[in-house]
Amino acid sequence: MDLSSKTTALQLRARVLTAVRSFFVSRDYLEVETPIRVNTPAMEDHIDAEASGDAWLRTSPELHMKRMVCAGFEKIFQVGPCFRQGERGQRHLPEYTMLEWYWTGVSSEVLIGETCDLLQAVADVAGGGPFDGVDLKAAPKIYTISELFLKWAGWDPVLDFDADRFDFDLVEKVEPVLSKETVPVVVKNFPAERAALARMRPENPQVADRWEMYVGGVELANAYTELTDAREQRTRFEVCAEERSGRGQEVYPLDEAFLTALERGMPDCAGIALGVDRLLMRLVGTDEIADVVAFA
Amino acid sequence: MYSTSDLRKGLKIEIDGQPYVITDFQFVKPGKGQALYRCKMKNIMTGTGLERTYRSTEKIGKPDLMQKDMSYSYPDGEHFVFMDDATYEQVTVDVDVVGDFKYFLIEEMPCKVLFFNDTPIDLELPVFVEKVIAETEPGARGDTATNVMKPAKIDNGYEIQVPLFINEGDLVRIDTRTGEYVDRVNKK
Repeated sequence: MDLSSKTTALQLRARVLTAVRSFFVSRDYLEVETPIRVNTPAMEDHIDAEASGDAWLRTSPELHMKRMVCAGFEKIFQVGPCFRQGERGQRHLPEYTMLEWYWTGVSSEVLIGETCDLLQAVADVAGGGPFDGVDLKAAPKIYTISELFLKWAGWDPVLDFDADRFDFDLVEKVEPVLSKETVPVVVKNFPAERAALARMRPENPQVADRWEMYVGGVELANAYTELTDAREQRTRFEVCAEERSGRGQEVYPLDEAFLTALERGMPDCAGIALGVDRLLMRLVGTDEIADVVAFA
Repeated sequence: MYSTSDLRKGLKIEIDGQPYVITDFQFVKPGKGQALYRCKMKNIMTGTGLERTYRSTEKIGKPDLMQKDMSYSYPDGEHFVFMDDATYEQVTVDVDVVGDFKYFLIEEMPCKVLFFNDTPIDLELPVFVEKVIAETEPGARGDTATNVMKPAKIDNGYEIQVPLFINEGDLVRIDTRTGEYVDRVNKK
């Protein structure tokens, strides 16, 4: 698609970004900017960073934003570019726009309601919807990972985790079912092995306090009740480093500045990242992420 | 062998000794999981559909496929004989591979023949072929409407729908991809 034919999509994109900012400002969030070029990227199992000289481009603003939470910034949000090596497809770009926000003193469940409020505000500036058959203003359907897997894949990844099978079944058996839903879908209670930087649920240490939102079968947002335990965080980074090394992936230095901030104390908080380009895909009604980005 | 970074729509790959063409391709990465490559594909020989998901570390078979420029020569029972334009070598192609193209073949027609492990498995004809109408109801004189159609047969019995003004003996152009009438060719 050439640039001039993206006019409508890019005009909507600008209106959506304005609406997003007003939404958070009206809720007493502070807009922040954190480094795009970072000394070390957040280490995750399957996310590779682009090198930038002797540093890296951020794969997510998470660790810097959490340092701000540790420093007492109670409600912060950021919209900006993130970079992931080798990710290009209909729903992926190696450079894309992430919306990320943190709210001190709440758990991830509170963010379900707030994300739905955000979707409503955004749907309004885009004509109200429905968008490709999905009503963004409707209350979400909420499922646990266990119930979805038991129903559509015949096993419970929380009881007996198998990483490879989990990825395949999620993509081949579960996500196609979610694509038929006509309202936003929240999938919660991920297995501990897929906790990433979420804490465990107090009532069940096998379950991470993490949820993902799907819209029309496309993963839109990922939320945690954040892990605040510095020791456990260090262990998770170390385990991740070992696994990356075992797979022949680059191992990044541990982010000691972040770990030090955690050691000094991080308040209970919830955080969430939402793919702005994917949200726009839905609002515009396209299956190609490149259609909603000027240069992609 | 191909790696997953080679995968794209239109790529021809080999699975269990069969050649496939990828008809739909998607890079996916389920929440915090590994990169996966979802492919929908079609068996080039049988037309059967297949879905496969690959991990980034997997290798995918590369089929021994070769397309050659060949000219159609003559029918030989259940086979059709083509000649390699470069080597003049003669090759017989099975009627199953030729399919409905058998109605459109004309002597010395330039074709492309696809070989898999040296066996012809697919045939490409020129997009348009000109054929004489052998049989049809007489057309109404002056009726130039192109949206009302009637049945007609070409010399080898193949039936197509043509506009009312077409008569027996007219030369018409047929799209070999769809097997449908395109237009009338003015006689010189």
